[in-house]
This record gives sequence, structure tokens and C-alpha cells, in this order.
Amino acid sequence: MAAAAGALRRLVRCGPQQGLGRLLQPRSGIHGSAPAAVQVTVRDALNQALDEELERDEKVFLLGEEVAQYDGAYKISRGLWKKYGDKRIIDTPISEMGFTGIAVGAAMAGLRPICEFMTFNFSMQAIDQVINSAGKTLYMSAGMVPVPVVFRGPNGASAGVGAQHSQCFAAWYGHCPGLKVVSPWSSEDAKGLLKASVRDDNPVVMLENELMYGVPFEMSEEAQSKDFLVPIGKAKIERQGTHVTLVSHSRSVGHCLEAAAVLVKEGVECEVVNLRTIRPMDVESIEASVVKTNHLITVEGGWPQFGVGAEICARIMEGPAFNYLDAPAVRLTGADVPMPYAKVLEENCLPQVKDIIFAVKKTLNI
Amino acid sequence: MRKMLLAALSRVLQGPAAAARPGAVSEVSRVVVASRNYADFTSEATFDIKKCDLHRLEEGPPVTAVLTREEGLHYYRTMQTIRRMELKSDQLYKQKIIRGFCHLYDGQEACCVGLEAAIKPTDHLITAYRAHGYAYTRGTSVREILAELTGRKGGCAKGKGGSMHMYAQNFYGGNGIVGAQVPLGAGIALACKYFGKDEICLTLYGDGAANQGQIFETYNMAALWKLPCIFICENNRYGMGTSVERAAASTDYYKRGDYIPGIRVDGMDILCVREATKFAAEHCRSGKGPMLMELQTYRYHGHSMSDPGISYRTREEIQEVRSKSDPITLLKDRMVNNSLSSVEELKEIDVEVRKEIEEAAQFATTDPEPPLEELGNHIYKNEPPFEVRGPSQWIKYKSVG
Repeated sequence: MAAAAGALRRLVRCGPQQGLGRLLQPRSGIHGSAPAAVQVTVRDALNQALDEELERDEKVFLLGEEVAQYDGAYKISRGLWKKYGDKRIIDTPISEMGFTGIAVGAAMAGLRPICEFMTFNFSMQAIDQVINSAGKTLYMSAGMVPVPVVFRGPNGASAGVGAQHSQCFAAWYGHCPGLKVVSPWSSEDAKGLLKASVRDDNPVVMLENELMYGVPFEMSEEAQSKDFLVPIGKAKIERQGTHVTLVSHSRSVGHCLEAAAVLVKEGVECEVVNLRTIRPMDVESIEASVVKTNHLITVEGGWPQFGVGAEICARIMEGPAFNYLDAPAVRLTGADVPMPYAKVLEENCLPQVKDIIFAVKKTLNI
Repeated sequence: MRKMLLAALSRVLQGPAAAARPGAVSEVSRVVVASRNYADFTSEATFDIKKCDLHRLEEGPPVTAVLTREEGLHYYRTMQTIRRMELKSDQLYKQKIIRGFCHLYDGQEACCVGLEAAIKPTDHLITAYRAHGYAYTRGTSVREILAELTGRKGGCAKGKGGSMHMYAQNFYGGNGIVGAQVPLGAGIALACKYFGKDEICLTLYGDGAANQGQIFETYNMAALWKLPCIFICENNRYGMGTSVERAAASTDYYKRGDYIPGIRVDGMDILCVREATKFAAEHCRSGKGPMLMELQTYRYHGHSMSDPGISYRTREEIQEVRSKSDPITLLKDRMVNNSLSSVEELKEIDVEVRKEIEEAAQFATTDPEPPLEELGNHIYKNEPPFEVRGPSQWIKYKSVG
């Protein structure tokens, strides 16, 4: 019983996954959380961030499909149109290339738009505006024309939505200088990163995850404050460990923590690094961790070729951490296929907890 | 101008002997100037201009325009400056001092100068890559434009942008992706409406770009949200090597905004362009929503410096436009024939312009290239300095600003 409670305590400190979170209420002292912490879903955290930033700065506005009267396709902007009206919350027609260009132009002219893509799959239609118009203009103008725009929306796989609605764009946008790319996992990540992105004077691509929207996380009192920001470009160590470094972003962070909870029973302590930002990537944090653990595994939902994990491995090779590796770095990624529909196939196209456990044991030779 | 007139006058008054005494002209001038100061010229004249074809409009721009002497001289000088600047660019490109893309604007000067004459510096403008004329009318100096073309640190974008990426206050380039500038322009117009400062945005594109899907997406949103945007199609008859008849099922570009009212304008006549733009600007400022203007114009050069421009059109056609519709000649003839100026006065302007271009070219060819450190700068705005990777892990640049 005590062991179970102990395991539960460790799990909770690292952030509860779907289902588990609802078991643990702030009123009982079991998990030892700070007195004024509350459970907030990622969706509500994003909603709070939007509300706070809209209130704080008149120049901030939100545009996208269904963001206003529908309250958001995924209800992220619930209540905002009612509060702020047509001028600040704008429903667009289904014209990604057009409204993305409009958002970028508005940013060039001094506004601070938040441009929502219903999913990042649709951003492909507008990708020229994101990269060529938003990402490169500051550089081409030698600093004369900044573009303070945020592109946000769900990225990567969902559940049973098929190949055209399941792609991860972290590597695509992460490839481009001039953009910043962030990828939150927890509610704290979501709120702090969205606020930081809106306040950043540069084009930021924020890759959310639909399956995470409904997941509650504990949010500290500090995280609930209106000025709480998560710095862009800094990773977070979600779990300290000594035997292996698991680097991940977005939903996969949760899987790493689940794997860590299982492995700890076998005496393996995993260090779980939540990237939080894809570009600029916090390589130093990864290096420091690898120097400590001597083993590296990257976990992501995107495809393997030219992906986030590939980049991490390359960077580790080039830096001081290479000499501390006791085994080659390992990547866990989405399967190298378009996402199938059938549940059993879909499940096996993403790195599961069992895959992470297997990879850890292989790397550690146990 | 005055010197020439007075020199001629003094020779007439004093006879051949005067030529030998250098001081003689100025003595005469002091007497003569007082009574003959520019009395040869009228202060303004009214001209008939072509009636614009209208789409979804009951009334169009006026069919007459008043041109003051001052305006005329200014327009002439500006157009001539752009003409000579573009020809100088042609020269520098052939000498390989300008590299890459170079899309020249000669022939189309009445468009950029006419547009600017109808709007305020606080209004906004965005165009595509044939942008040197607009960079100038929106406030960039010739020397900064040429130095940007030659890739020097004194260029308006420090040599980092090149021909297609020149920016100025309320001028958003210079855009390389055909058609992408149109949604951007509507976004700028959205900001104008949002801020409520009575500003408008002129959003330009060519006959080639007019077939881009994103432009129709933009028409829809601009009309829906009544954005203060003038969509302007500079129809120079050719999208690169493809004539309008071969690219568009409908070449009535001024009608292609469908529910957006449109006018077709003689883009070779600066007064026509100016009056039409004033008309459209008023429409937008009054909150009625966007308007579409098609400027029928012509480019003498090929699409870019790598296109001789004669494989898809005849030399005769180019020559005909030059002789019958050249915008600078049209203005010049109007002014001279209506006593707004004289051939000599305009020639003097030509000389001054030539000098300015020469000096600018001199600067553009002698200014140093940007320092290597510049390579890493301007990735992010308002960011503490960070490292940027070069071609290898050992080559790093510092990024500031």
C-alpha cells in the first residue's frame, strides 16, 4: 500500500496523465502539492492565456476558422468572442493562405495577431506566408520590419483522424531560421508558452496537441498568475534521473514519464527532458543531462527522417556530450508511413510506453 | 534655366561683343530678372483625361485633371529619376555589378508616381518584385536603392535584401513570391481599420499574379470586412513570357474582383492614374470597403534582366509604345504645349537627374559589402545576442538586433 502511494506520489509530482489526474483532488494532502494549486486542463490554460493577453494589450487579436461564434473548433477560445467582440475575435472563411497572409500583414503594420489553424495540417496551404512572409522578412529588411505574429493550433496525431489530419510539423517549421517554434506538453507549458509567444516580437509557431487539450495538470499559484511566462528556448527537466536521458516534446513527454514510472521499479532512473521549445532548441540542457546519464533516447510523434530526434542526435555528436555517451543515441519516432485509420494500426504508428521501455533496456543493455 | 535664358537675352541685347566679357551676363540679369521672372509659364492647366471603364460603379473618376506647374515639374523629375535609375541598373547588371534578379520598371513610371501623388505618406503601400520605382516614391534615396542592388552595406537593407526586398516607412516591399503580397496588403488594411487612423493600403500585383488563388481569397475577406484596401493590378500585358490572352480566361482584370467595384485606368497617363487613385482612396476612406484598379501599362525591358523581352513580343510593339505612349514624353508634351514649362527647363532637370544617378552609382559601386558579422544579424527582434550556426559546427556568428 505504502509503495503504491509512493509510486502515485512520484507520478503526480511529474504531472498526471489523462484519468489519473481526476483521481487526485487538491483537498487531500496525499500528493503534497502547494496549498493554492489547482487542476487545470490544457484547454483551460490556453483559454486563460488568450484572455489575459487580449486584456493586457489592445493590439492583440485572434483570427481563424470558428474561433469566434463557435467558441473555437476545440473550444480553446470559448467565451472570448462574447467578451471581446468582432474586432478582436475574427471568424475567417476557409481561406488559409489568405487569412494567414492577412495576419502576417497586420503584424507588419503594428498589430499582434494570433492566427489559429484548425490543425497544422491546414497550415500547409499557408506555409509560404508563415515561412517566406513571416519568417524571413525581418532578415531581408535588415531589421526594419518585425513580424510579431503567433500561429497556433493542434499538431500531430489525434485519434482515428486519418493520414491527412495526423502529420507533425515540428521538423518542418523547426527547420527555418527566423521562426520560433514551441511545443507545450502540460497546462503550465501551454499557458506560459502562449503568453510568452504573444509577447515575443517574432513570428512564433505554437504546436499544441488535440489529445492533450482535455488533460488536467496541477498548476501552481505562480503558474496561475497573469504574468506567468515560460521562457521560449529553455527545456524543463520533468523528472531527475541518472541512468538514461529521455528527450521529448508534447504528448510524448507523458509517455516518457509513464515509462520512467515503470522502469523505476526495476531500479532504472530515467531523466525526462521536456524540450518545450523546438527552435531555438535548448541543446545545453540535453548535453548536461547526457553528460550525467551517458545514454540518450529521443521520443517524438513525427516521422523519423530529418526529424527533431535526428537533429538532437546530430547536435550531440558535435558537442561535448558525445564523449560521455556509452552507447549510440537512439530515436523513437512515428512510424515511417502515412497514419492509418484502424485503431490497432494507428496505435502501432506512434512510440508507445512499451517501446520506450524496450529502447531504454536495449540502450542500457539490460 | 534662368542662366540660359538670360545668357541668350544678354547676347541679343549686347551683341556679339558680350560673349568676350564673362561678367556681362550677370549685370544684365540683375536688370532683366525682376521683370521677367518665369512670366513665360502659366501656373496651371486643365487636361482632358481618358474616361475609365467602370465595373459596379455608377460614376467614375473625373475626365479632366488640373496640373499645376509645380506638380508637373515634380512628377517629371520623379519619373525621369526612376527612368534613369532603372537604365543605370540595366548597365550595372550587364557589368555584373548587380547579381541575381533585377526586374526593371522603365515604362511604368506613371503608375508609381501617379499613385503616390494621390495618397499621403501616412498611407501604406505594398507591391511585388518590380519594386524599385516604389522604393523611390515611398522615400528611399536613389543611392540607397542602387547600393542595395549592388549588395553594399549602404543599401537600404544593408545589402541583405537585394532587388526584391527593399522596405521603407509604410512601404512593405518588395516581395518575391508572386501574389503573396496581396493578403499581406489586406492585413495592413485591416490594421489601418483596427487603429482607426483614416489610413488606407494600396496593394499591388501584376497581370500574372492576378490568377493566384490567394488573391481571390483576399478579395472575399476584404469585401466581407470592408477593409480600406485598393487592389491595384499593374497590367503590363505580359506575365514573364506569357501574354495576358494566354494566361487569363478573362483579361478584364478590373472586373475580376467580382463584387468589388473596379476601374480600368490608362496607366501611361500620370494624371489618369492620379485622379483614379484619388477616387478609389476616397471610396476606401469613407468605409465603403475595397476597390480594384487596373492600370494598363507597359514595361520596356523584359521580365527581368535575364529576359531580352523580344521572344514573346515584337520590337515593333515596344517601339510603338515608346513613341506613342511613353509616360514621361506624354507629360513633357503636355507641359511644354501648355506653357507649364519649356524644353530647356526640362532638359535642365534631365541634367540634374543624370548627375544624381551618376553620383548614386558611384556610391553603389564603391561602398564596401556588408561585413561578415552582418550574416548572423536580424534573425530575431529584441532578443539578447545568441549564436548562429555557419556552414559547419566550428563556424559561428553572433546574432544581434
